[in-house]
Amino acid sequence: MKGNEAMAEAAIQAGCRHFFGYPITPQTELSAYMAKKMPKIGGTFLQAESEIAAINMVLGAASAGVRAMTSSSSPGISLKSEGVSYIAGSDLPCVLINVQRGGPGLGGIQPSQADYWQATKALGHGDYQLLVFAPSTVQEMVSLIFKAFDKADEYRMPAMILADGMLGQMMEPVEFPEKAEVAKVEKPWATNGHQGKRAHNVVNSLYLQAPELEKHVVERFKRYDIVKANEVMVENYKMEDAEVAVVTYGATSRIVKSAVNSARALGIKVGCIRPITLWPFPEKEIAAAADKVQKFLCVEMSMGQMVEDVRLAVNGKKPVEFFGRTGGVIPTPAEVLEQIKKLAGK
Amino acid sequence: MKTLNTILAGFGGQGILFAGKVMAYAGLIDEKEISWLPSYGPEMRGGTANCSICISDEPIGSPLVVNPNVLGVMNTPSYDKFIDSVEAGGVVVVDSTLISQKCNRTDITVYYIEATALADEKGFHGLANMIILGKLLKETRFASMDAVKKSLAKCVPPKKAQLIESNLAAIELGMSL
Repeated sequence: MKGNEAMAEAAIQAGCRHFFGYPITPQTELSAYMAKKMPKIGGTFLQAESEIAAINMVLGAASAGVRAMTSSSSPGISLKSEGVSYIAGSDLPCVLINVQRGGPGLGGIQPSQADYWQATKALGHGDYQLLVFAPSTVQEMVSLIFKAFDKADEYRMPAMILADGMLGQMMEPVEFPEKAEVAKVEKPWATNGHQGKRAHNVVNSLYLQAPELEKHVVERFKRYDIVKANEVMVENYKMEDAEVAVVTYGATSRIVKSAVNSARALGIKVGCIRPITLWPFPEKEIAAAADKVQKFLCVEMSMGQMVEDVRLAVNGKKPVEFFGRTGGVIPTPAEVLEQIKKLAGK
Repeated sequence: MKTLNTILAGFGGQGILFAGKVMAYAGLIDEKEISWLPSYGPEMRGGTANCSICISDEPIGSPLVVNPNVLGVMNTPSYDKFIDSVEAGGVVVVDSTLISQKCNRTDITVYYIEATALADEKGFHGLANMIILGKLLKETRFASMDAVKKSLAKCVPPKKAQLIESNLAAIELGMSL
């Protein structure tokens, strides 16, 4: 299955019955899959008139307490940013998918990871965070979709799957659970009709009294602290005796692992740390590694974005170098191996 | 089994991506680790099309093949683009109806077959891709014959099920070359 199709199927199995989208390469197969499947299972597939409309439809559906999703690629995600901020400000759960392509502007359509800052720091205005999951295989795309819906509901916040054109377009074997386990989360806040049995629920992100707004934001950040304490996901690959740690995520981590294996064959003690959640970022895990390894290398398909979070976590204890390709160019294992050799002094 | 990093390349419309899918699914049916990655975007609109297929006993690292050890090419631009990137010891199958060049590398094995001419001659119009795939199957044993048969049944859409037989016959023709 293609990564894009696998994410769509996983969302359906996770109970998503409301999808709003607008086509864009390289994510279009996801929308196409939804268009085919949703009508057959009594769900909603709606191709909106724009990305902005689609995200606001997600806001509406999420307000009613149902599992809703939208997907796009980089320029389309920028268009959605206002709606995402409103969703976060209204404490609504939803799942967003970004199958990244090269930027800025319309950029290109080849794979990229240049939206890390956007996803983890500033997808829209205001004090807020998204849960950001970064899969590296088609199988992981499936498991993280389930997780994204569950965690979004649990913490009442939007969750993003940050993928890229390579993962979206590639086919790999993938297994779906025989019976999907979906967390049942009560949503007493949902605006789904009170039938005269309870007070009105209100979904809102506008608070004109400053102290009241501050109170809401501070409460939200208390929830973020719980997320940070409980939801960090990270993979350590061949880190046991590593002297060089390569920090990388998503599709790039596959290339890095190939390079790590080649370097190991040359006798270089190198491993890989792969954040699976980009927010919350595995800062403790990287800080702990800084006490063990001699050097860090961060590899991304960008000019260097996650590397800033790595440097913050390492906090000056060890040097952190960066290697990246951008604009849709995919680094090769040989290029990464060269960087590892240079760092290891071989 | 040695890891096979394959590139199939040609014009859009020759069934390059389809041939790659048949190959990948066959590997999957043989319980190998596999990946299939298409070139996508402006390249597809009448220009060159290619895909990377990895079949391995180990988890696949980069699904993007840069230095293939198996190459099937069906047009001149793709031949020019990829022939020098083939790993030493690699296997190349060239559709010599459409590609007139001959390779002077001595560290790789190149088979020239008149796939497009043969397809037209034997009534397999549009199935030159399967003839190439058959030859690749013979020379690399990327999967078992049984898996290739099952893979075809899986990759050919139900609406076109009548084409499974001719696709298979074209693969067998390729294997006989």
